[in-house]
Amino acid sequence: MNQIPALARVFAYLSLLTIGGGMAAFPEMKILTVDVHKWLTFPQLIHLYSVGQMAPGPNMMMIVAIGQWAGGMLGAVAVLIAFFGPTALLTFIVARLWKKLERWKWRTSVQQGLAPVSIGLLLAGCFTMARGAIFGAETAAIAVGVLLILLQYKINPALLVLGGAVIGVLSFMPK
Amino acid sequence: MSESVTTVKPILQQGVDTGIASAEVSIGRIFLEFLIIGATSFGGVVPYLRGSLVTKRHWVDDKEFVEMLSISQSLPGLNATNMAILVGDKLRGVLGSIAAIIGICLPGAVMMYVVGVFYRSHGDHVWITAALKGVAAAAVGLILSTVVGLSQKSLTGKFDFVFIALTVVAVNRLHQSVPRTLLVVGLLAILFHRPRKKQKESAAL
Repeated sequence: MNQIPALARVFAYLSLLTIGGGMAAFPEMKILTVDVHKWLTFPQLIHLYSVGQMAPGPNMMMIVAIGQWAGGMLGAVAVLIAFFGPTALLTFIVARLWKKLERWKWRTSVQQGLAPVSIGLLLAGCFTMARGAIFGAETAAIAVGVLLILLQYKINPALLVLGGAVIGVLSFMPK
Repeated sequence: MSESVTTVKPILQQGVDTGIASAEVSIGRIFLEFLIIGATSFGGVVPYLRGSLVTKRHWVDDKEFVEMLSISQSLPGLNATNMAILVGDKLRGVLGSIAAIIGICLPGAVMMYVVGVFYRSHGDHVWITAALKGVAAAAVGLILSTVVGLSQKSLTGKFDFVFIALTVVAVNRLHQSVPRTLLVVGLLAILFHRPRKKQKESAAL
């Protein structure tokens, strides 16, 4: 019944996968939170992630909601500490080492090599999410529209996500 | 060790003429500044971080900011929280880092807590379901734009697209875990970008 240890374990693991961005952890987040532990359904996970894009601050705060559902207030706090603690510690230590490695000739290689892999991880997360979020002409048009607008204009992405909500209501409300 | 310190210093000193504050910043001040960023940074944290830390407070200069961002992107963890750790550490060491990360996380965490509770009790209303379909589709477009933006900024050669493809296939098609994918594809990519004598040529590719 007590989900706290499992929540802490899962989100500590997921936090270490967020290379390049939170989305990199999305495929395994889906497997662990939906398929293995059944804390929520796949559509719920997609909804929480998407709504989270409208909240300020680090863009994976939707994990708080998963923690709350599975373990109440304590679950939410456990998930927060598990998800941000390990990477915070790692960054703190590695960043101090990183400066000392300034003359290490492999330093640039590591950065240049990790760049395409982290982009690949983001894209993989995006595809996992698209499998649940794109299911017809309307949703595909919204996604492509947002992409093209963001590539073309400097506009706040949160506003576009909000715009997606409006279009969603207009196109999916039962008549 | 002492050698690396002397190589780091000149970079930091360049900050002096761009107006880096020399007085020590208080922990409370750090917490408050990151709390404000955490509460107002709708649609992506990085521009807000730059506006606050570089332009408004002069806590880091532009060059340092870019360096910190590139470290943040190469390490696990979100850019926003990694930046909080790095800037907090620079200003006041461990306590500065802790104050910064709690500050930047708190507003969004409280907000998503409330959203989670509300969504759980009202998420099945027809108009909410309809709106969420649009929101999720828009989020997919947003992530794709991040992918495009990062590709333009951080890729150093055409061959990098092969590593992107390999990563996607490993995760989505072969269902490999991220650690295993990182170990195999990441190692290949790092070896591909191994140090060469003619560094400039490989950078220009």
